[in-house]
Amino acid sequence: MGENDVWQGTLALMVLKTLESMGPLHGYGIARRIEQVSGDQLIVQYGTLYPALLRLEQEGYISSEWGTSENHRRARFYKLTRAGRRQVQRESQRWGKAAAILNRFVSPSEELL
Amino acid sequence: MRKIRMLRALVLRFWGLPRSTRQNEAFAEELESHLQMHIDDNIRSGMSPEQARREAVLKLGGIEATTQAYRDQNALPFLETLLQDLRYTLRQLCKNPGFAATALLVLTLGTGATVAIFSLVDAALIKPLPYRDPSRLVVIYGSVPLGPRFHLSFPDYYDFKRLNKSFTSFEVYDPSGFMLTTPTGTQRAPGARVSAGFFRVLGVTPFLGRDFSDTEDKPSAPRTVILTYAAWQQRFGGRSDVLGKSVTLDGNANTIVGVLPANFHFAPAEPTEFWAAEHDESRCRGCHWLFGIARLKDGVTLQAAATEMSTIAKQLEQQYPDSNNSQGAFTDSLTDVIVGDIRPIMLAMLGGAALLLLIATVNVASLLLVRTQNRKREVAVREALGASRRRLLRQFVTEGLVLGLIASAFAAFAADAAMNLLTKLVPKDILAGMPYLHGLGLTPHVLFFTLFISLLSAALFSFTPAISLSSESMRAGLTEGGRSSSGLHWRRFGSKLVAVELATAVILLVAAGLFTKSLYRLLQVNPGLESHNLALLTLSAPREHYFNGQQQVSLERRVIDRMSSVPGVTSIAVTSRLPVGDGDGTSSFVILGHEHPGEHNEVAWRAVSTDYFKTLKAHLLEGRYFTDLDQQPSQPNVVIINHALARKYFVGLNPVGLRMNFEGAKPEDAMQVVGVVEDIREGQLDTDARCAFYLPFEKRPGGFFSIVARTARPAQSVLPMISAAIRDIDFSIGTFGGSTMDQRIHDSQPAYLHRASTWIVGTFAAVALLLSVVGLYGVIAYSVSQRTREIGVRMALGAHRTTICHLIMKEALSLIGIGLAAGLVGSLAAGTLLRRLLFGTKAWDVTTLVIVAVILATSALVASYLPAQRAASVNPLDALRAE
Repeated sequence: MGENDVWQGTLALMVLKTLESMGPLHGYGIARRIEQVSGDQLIVQYGTLYPALLRLEQEGYISSEWGTSENHRRARFYKLTRAGRRQVQRESQRWGKAAAILNRFVSPSEELL
Repeated sequence: MRKIRMLRALVLRFWGLPRSTRQNEAFAEELESHLQMHIDDNIRSGMSPEQARREAVLKLGGIEATTQAYRDQNALPFLETLLQDLRYTLRQLCKNPGFAATALLVLTLGTGATVAIFSLVDAALIKPLPYRDPSRLVVIYGSVPLGPRFHLSFPDYYDFKRLNKSFTSFEVYDPSGFMLTTPTGTQRAPGARVSAGFFRVLGVTPFLGRDFSDTEDKPSAPRTVILTYAAWQQRFGGRSDVLGKSVTLDGNANTIVGVLPANFHFAPAEPTEFWAAEHDESRCRGCHWLFGIARLKDGVTLQAAATEMSTIAKQLEQQYPDSNNSQGAFTDSLTDVIVGDIRPIMLAMLGGAALLLLIATVNVASLLLVRTQNRKREVAVREALGASRRRLLRQFVTEGLVLGLIASAFAAFAADAAMNLLTKLVPKDILAGMPYLHGLGLTPHVLFFTLFISLLSAALFSFTPAISLSSESMRAGLTEGGRSSSGLHWRRFGSKLVAVELATAVILLVAAGLFTKSLYRLLQVNPGLESHNLALLTLSAPREHYFNGQQQVSLERRVIDRMSSVPGVTSIAVTSRLPVGDGDGTSSFVILGHEHPGEHNEVAWRAVSTDYFKTLKAHLLEGRYFTDLDQQPSQPNVVIINHALARKYFVGLNPVGLRMNFEGAKPEDAMQVVGVVEDIREGQLDTDARCAFYLPFEKRPGGFFSIVARTARPAQSVLPMISAAIRDIDFSIGTFGGSTMDQRIHDSQPAYLHRASTWIVGTFAAVALLLSVVGLYGVIAYSVSQRTREIGVRMALGAHRTTICHLIMKEALSLIGIGLAAGLVGSLAAGTLLRRLLFGTKAWDVTTLVIVAVILATSALVASYLPAQRAASVNPLDALRAE
């Protein structure tokens, strides 16, 4: 896995989070947004993005419908479902916890030393 | 919660399996719009349209790979591959119907034979007997110097029951049947008389009504009877008001008190319809007619119980020396009594069938291997195009499984047919003695077994090509240069196996041939009578009405009189016992004025009516037949002897005119020999003709005799009228054994044993022949596929096509030669083992050996000619270019 690739498992959360803050969005928009937020540090492979979107849709966290983009192109728009919103909460908390724990190991605070 | 989400996804993916093109188009459209938006963005940021497009496409990466990943997420790749493999396999099989048919036939036969025999083993040996804790039940016989399995007398039973400490309970049964009075006459009905606790020993409770109460077997108790389920269904239409109804057995009214469960059977007494409570508490210690059945107490072994029984028998022998001289007791477990005899036969047959299946599996593996060789390039190309090793192996395993599963379905049908055939081969009364075979068929047990062995063999033969495609040979496959050493090993192993298969086939074919010839010889035996158009019926007159000779003689006369007027009957006679039977009914005799020529002169004797010999169309050698005058009590006693008796006991004498008598009979009973008749088979056909003599029926009449009627049309069609005529004479006379002489000979024990052996060995032989021939084909074809380059080189160097054909045939011929030679030697040994089962046929019957050798050699040559022909038709240029 290249340094700039999105870690497996975190892509789903990024997608959900993106949809939460941006509202309905097409695949290209989601990829662009993730890259922007990461400060162009991440590159979203479409080979991973679309299967991930499909999976989230199969799990019922997002739904999709065809619509027209700002540039008047036909595109498929994804949006969060109610279950998706709950999932964002849950996963964000989990991730926050996990990151905090990991952080303690990577940059130990004074009290641990 | 999360689990449910995953499940939801799984279901959606499963539904995504038959993917619609609409969905694919939608995704293509989505990707396209993605690309366009990217290009738009790029242009907006100042790139030229071409640059913008190139950059976008580059960023998007492989469209195909993305589509593939998307597809995999959309459905279940595993299932999808499986479906693909299945489709591919079926296409392969259809493309090559010869291979598919051969492989399926071989597998079906191997699996079918194993399943059929397993179902027998399952029914007889695995399924528990329908009693409570059947392993604790034992049978107690009286043992006498003649053998260990004779009857007990009532007083002995009583003493065994009273004195033993080994059993929780001890009961008796008497499996002789009843004469049942029905509206259409008196018939013999199978059944048993039992002591009151019999069903409680077995742990069986009636399905309807009640069991016998403890005192119901006392002589004073009212007579009661319990029906079997089948009798209830057939005789009483399964009506629930049958309880309390009355049936007349042996002339006594019996009240029906119960019906046994449908799965109940008791092989030592079967067939049975009626189970009556025993009422005879005979004081006679010398009268033996009962068998004991008992349940071991906890902790008592069969051995300990047997020892105790013998000890008690010894005490009784000392106490009652007159009646119990050398009367012992023999105790055996009920399971062994029921299936002990057939267990080794069945296990041997199961072993044989398993071996057959193994050979069949190896043969199919060898056929698959030949095909794999031919598909090496295909495999190599697929691998080069990026198919993973696992994916390729999976293809082979799928092919194996498909073959195995189709074959198992066929095998289940084949086994069912084989079981039907098997049960038809066994005569009805012998089958009735094996009631545990009733449930024979495709039970869940058997189906599970079928599936299990199919998967097992499928696993075996799908690994063979997989292994042969091991890494190095797979890469080499692309150049066709690789002939791995594993190929050579396989050829050697295959050759040895084929030689063994051929030898086995020869041995089995010879055995089948010997049995066939022996059966033919047996049925060719001259029974001393003309068996066509001869109807037989046995009568049993009730003792109350026909107890003295005068009444019996008058019955005989009325029967003969009445029968003569039955349309179709041309000649009629009666005899005390029918010919071609067990040869019982013997007595010792003396020849007056001559010393006993040997110590043992017990011979068969029959009381026959005047026209007996004429009706049978026997052949008179000397003297004369009986006349009506000879039957008169006032006339001198006369006797007709058979040729065997004349030859054995009247050595150097002319028997006609000499006088003989029963040993120990009164001098006035002496009889003058008036004729010598060609031997009529009184015993079985496979034994030497028995010595026998015949007396006029009316000199020694009886209430139990058989009618022999010569008919002008097929005897079977006259039988119903004969039975009806007897009912006209006296309704209370029991009739049974209505049959024809041809049928009697056909059903006789040696004929049936021969026929069963012929069929079973013949079936195995046919399967073995087929397997060996297919095996031979497989090995030779494999060899050809391995030697393609060699053949090409030889041809390029100028070898003729016939030379190539000879080259391959030489390999085949040496295998056939070895197999045939080993088989013939083996069959001589097998024939010697079978010698005692054969009738009038030598173990080294030359005709049989020659016929078998010709059959085997011909089919083997055809099997090896096919690949040899193919080798000869190889185009040398192609063969060389293939490298």
